[in-house]
Amino acid sequence: MAPTVGVVTFPGSLDDRDAARAVRLAGGQVVPLWHKDTHLMGVDAVVLPGGFSYGDYLRCGAIARFSPIMSAVVGAAREGMPVLGICNGFQILCESHLLPGALTRNDSLHFVCRDQALRIESTATAWTSAYVPGQEVVVPLKNGEGGYVADERTLDELEAEGRVVVRYLGANPNGSRRAIAGIANAAGNVVGLMPHPEHAVESLTGPTTDGLGFFTSVLERLVHA
Amino acid sequence: MTLDTVAVAAATPDLDQPWAALGLKEDEYRRIREILGRRPSSSELAMYSVMWSEHCSYKSSKVHLRQFGEKAPPSDALLVGMGENAGVVDIGQGWAVTFKIESHNHPSYVEPYQGAATGVGGIVRDILTMGARPVAILDPLRFGPADAADTRRVLPGVVAGIGGYGNCLGLPTVGGEVVFDPTYLGNPLVNALCVGTLRHGDIKLAKASGVGNLVVLFGAKTGGDGIGGVSVLASETFDADGPAKRPSVQVGDPFTEKVLIECCLEIFAADLVGGIQDLGGAGLSCATSELASAGSGGMHVVLDRVPLRDPTLSPEEILMSESQERMCAVVEPRHIDAFLRICDRWDVTATVIGEVTDSGRLVIEWRGEVIVDVPPRTVAHEGPVYERPFARPAAQDALQADGPTAGRLARPSSPEELRTTLLRLVASPNLAAKTWVTSQYDRYVQGNTVLAQPDDGGVIRVDPESGLGVAVSTDGNGRFTRLDPYAGAQLALAEAYRNVAVTGARPLAVTNCLNFGSPEDPGVMWQFAEATRGLADACLQLGVPVTGGNVSFYNQTGDVAILPTPVVGVLGVIDDVARRTPMGLGTPGESILLVGDTRDEFGGSEWAHDVHGHLGGLPPTVDLERERQLAEILVAGSRDGLLSAAHDVADGGLAQALVEMAVRGGAGARIVLPEDLDPFVALFSESAGRVVVVVPRSEELRFSDMCVARHVPVVRVGVVDGTALDVQGLFSVEVAELRHAAEATFPALFG
Repeated sequence: MAPTVGVVTFPGSLDDRDAARAVRLAGGQVVPLWHKDTHLMGVDAVVLPGGFSYGDYLRCGAIARFSPIMSAVVGAAREGMPVLGICNGFQILCESHLLPGALTRNDSLHFVCRDQALRIESTATAWTSAYVPGQEVVVPLKNGEGGYVADERTLDELEAEGRVVVRYLGANPNGSRRAIAGIANAAGNVVGLMPHPEHAVESLTGPTTDGLGFFTSVLERLVHA
Repeated sequence: MTLDTVAVAAATPDLDQPWAALGLKEDEYRRIREILGRRPSSSELAMYSVMWSEHCSYKSSKVHLRQFGEKAPPSDALLVGMGENAGVVDIGQGWAVTFKIESHNHPSYVEPYQGAATGVGGIVRDILTMGARPVAILDPLRFGPADAADTRRVLPGVVAGIGGYGNCLGLPTVGGEVVFDPTYLGNPLVNALCVGTLRHGDIKLAKASGVGNLVVLFGAKTGGDGIGGVSVLASETFDADGPAKRPSVQVGDPFTEKVLIECCLEIFAADLVGGIQDLGGAGLSCATSELASAGSGGMHVVLDRVPLRDPTLSPEEILMSESQERMCAVVEPRHIDAFLRICDRWDVTATVIGEVTDSGRLVIEWRGEVIVDVPPRTVAHEGPVYERPFARPAAQDALQADGPTAGRLARPSSPEELRTTLLRLVASPNLAAKTWVTSQYDRYVQGNTVLAQPDDGGVIRVDPESGLGVAVSTDGNGRFTRLDPYAGAQLALAEAYRNVAVTGARPLAVTNCLNFGSPEDPGVMWQFAEATRGLADACLQLGVPVTGGNVSFYNQTGDVAILPTPVVGVLGVIDDVARRTPMGLGTPGESILLVGDTRDEFGGSEWAHDVHGHLGGLPPTVDLERERQLAEILVAGSRDGLLSAAHDVADGGLAQALVEMAVRGGAGARIVLPEDLDPFVALFSESAGRVVVVVPRSEELRFSDMCVARHVPVVRVGVVDGTALDVQGLFSVEVAELRHAAEATFPALFG
C-alpha cells in the first residue's frame, strides 16, 4: 500500500488541495487533516500547506501554532515523522519552534508571485533526497512575508550543519538572509520552505515539474523505511 | 429618540422626511407614499432610498439594457440568464460555469486598498451565491496619467487591495487590463470579474419560497461600515470634497470570506438551502427584499436577532449597513440543524432572523414593533424607470472629422524614426509590461491555471480528468468608444472574443461592465445608448449572449466625464486545455503569419495618444463576420495542432504584438513587412480583426488553405530566429533591450 501523507487544512489554508494533488501525482495516498483534529489518523508524513491560516492575524502562523492538530504534529515531528511546511506552513513550523528563525515582510513591501530559480543545497533531508546536490530548479514563489531572518549564530549554525536546504538564485526576491529559501531541523525530517513545489508538478499548470522531487523523496523514504 | 414604527408613520402623515438627503427625487418619494398609502417609516425610507438608487435599480439604464435580452442570440449554452446574481453557462460534460463583472470605482478612489479589496469580495460572493466554487479573477483597471501624483496614490493601493483580498481567498488572478488616460484622474475604474465552476444540478437561485422556511443570516457580524455606501457613493458625482466620504467605504476581511466560501460549498454539497443571496450593496435591505420578491412574496424578519459588531446601531443603519462577508439563506426547518452544524464547524456565525410567509409583505420588526411593512417587489424589482433624454453631442462631428491623417500628425518614416517610435511605444505606460502589477497577484493557487496574463486570455482547467477548461478575457477601449460609441463597444467585444479564440477556446457568452459619466447629461446618455445598442447588435451577430453585468454611472469629476468605457468579458470553452495556444515565440525556423487586413487606421490609436496626445477621427473598422471566421480558424488551428503560438494584434499594432510575443517567448524573429504597405502603417496601425500566428513550416500550407477557404487574408511576415526583432531593411532591436524597455516603466513610476 502506498504511504499516506496527511495534508492539514486550517481555516484560511489555500494550497491544501494543491499539496494533496502533488502527493497523489508523486504516488502517495492523501489523508485530509483538519485543524481541530487532535491526532494524525496514522499518517506516515505531514504537509502543512500554504495560505493564510486564521487570516495570519497577529503574525503569520502564530495562531495556527496553537491549533489542536499542531500539538500532534509537533509531537510526531520530534519523534522523526517527516513534516514539510510550505510558505505559510514554513511560518507555522518556525512559530512552533520546530525550525529556528522567522519570516518577515518582503523587503519590497509587496506580495511577490514569480517563477523562482533555486538551488537545492542539501539532499540529506526526508524531502530532498530525490535531487542531486547543487541541482538548480525553478518553482513558483508567492508570498508577502517570505524574508527569512535569524541571528548570525543561528545562520552560521544552519550553514555549518548543512541545514540550508534551498537557496534563491539570482536577485533575492524578498530580502531573506543569505538568500535562504528553506531549511531543515537537525534530524532532517522537518523541512520548511517559502517557494511552492506543489505548484511545479505538472507542465501544463506550472513553470516546470521540478517540485515533484520533494514529494517523491519522502514517499521513496517511507517505502524503504 | 422615539422609534419611527409603521404605526407612528400612519399617525403622523405630515412629518418632514429627509428623502432628498438620502438621494431620492421628489416624485420618487411621492411614489413611495402612494405604494404604502401613507408616509414611509424611517426604516422603509432607508430601504427604498438604497434600493431605488441608480446602483441598485438601474433606473437610467434599464430601458437600454433590455436589448441584451431582446436581441439575445439563440444559445443552447445558457442555463441561467440575466437577472440572477450571475449567468450560468453550460460547458458540457455536466459542467457549468458562472461569471460576471462588476465595478467598484468610487470606493476605490476614496480608499484605494479597501475599495478594490471589497470590489473583489463582492463579485466573488455573487459567483458563490450561484452555487459555484470561485476559480479565477480578472481585474480591468483604468487610472489617470501614469505620472500624476494621485495615480501614485491610487494605483498601488488598488493593486495591493486586489492582491491582498484575492490572494488571501486563494483565487488565481489570470487577466485584466491596466490603462491610463487623463479623464480617469479623479475617477479611476476598478472592475473585477470572477469565474466559478459548478455541476449542472448545483445551481442555486436567490429566492425565498416555501411558507415556514427559515431565513438565516450567516457570516460576519453587522457593523457600521458602508452605511449608505450605495446611494451616497455610487450614485452621485464626486465634487471637490470627494475624499471626505471615507466612512461610507466598506472594510473587507478576506479571511472571513475564505471561510464563508468553504462553509457555503459544504452547505451546497449537502443540499441544505432552498435559496441564497449575498449581502452586498444595500445589505439586508437588498437581500431580504430580493429574496422575498423572487419567491413566495412574503417574509417576516426580527431585526433584533441580527448579530451586531456595534450594539448602538439603529434599525435603519442595520438595514443599510454594507458590512462585508455576509450571506442570507432560506433553509427548510428539517435542514436547519445540519446547516448550523456546518457553520459551527467553520466557526461561522449563523442566526435565524426570520421566516418565509404567504402575506405578500416584507415585515420587519424591532423591539416588538413593526418598523417595515412593504410589498417586496416594489422595493426590489419595481423601482423607478427613467427614459433619460439623450442626444448626439454637437462636438462629435468635429471630433470625428479631426482624423490622424498623415497631414495632421507627423509620422515616422526613416528606419531610425521607426525604431525610436517602436521603443517609445513599448515603454509607454499603456503598452509597457504590467509585471509590476501582476506579480502582486497569485496566479498559481488552485493549481489549474493553464494560461495567465500577459497571455491573451486566462485559461483555467475545470476538469482534471478530461482536460475540459475555460478561457476568459476582458477588453475595452475608451478612446475608440469616445470616437464612436456604437463601434467602440463592438470593438471591445471583438477584441475580448478574439483573445478567447486565440487561446484555442470557443467563445460562448458575454458579461459587461458599462462605465460612463452622468446619465443626467444627454451627451453621456447618448454614448451609453449607442454603446449598449452596438454591443447588443454585435452579441447577436457573433452568437454570444450577454449573461449579466453591471452599469456604473456618474464616473466624472465636476462636468468632465470619463472616456465612455464599456468593458466586455468573454468566456469560452476549450475541450482539452492541453491544446491551448500560447503566445510566445519558440522554435527557430517556424513561420510567422499575419492574418487579417491592415489599413491606415490610427483614430484613437496608442501611437496618436502617446506620441501626439491626439484623440480624433474614427476608430478602426469593425467586421464582425471576419471576427467570427477568425475565431473559427483559431479554434480549428488549436484543435488540429497547427499552431505553435498566436497573439491578438491590438493596441500598438503589429509591432507591439511581435514585441510581446518575442519577450514572452524569449526568442527573436526576422520580419519582412508586406511590400504593399507603408512600413509605418504596417507596424503601428490598429486595424481590428487581426492575429499573428506561428506555425511549423510543415503546417504553413494547411493553415493558409484554411484561411483562404474562409476568405480571410493571410500573409507570411517572418520567421522565428535569433535573439533580436529584426525588421528586415529597417531596423533591429535585441529582445533583451525590448524586455528592458517594456519592464522598466512601471518600477520607475511606482517603485
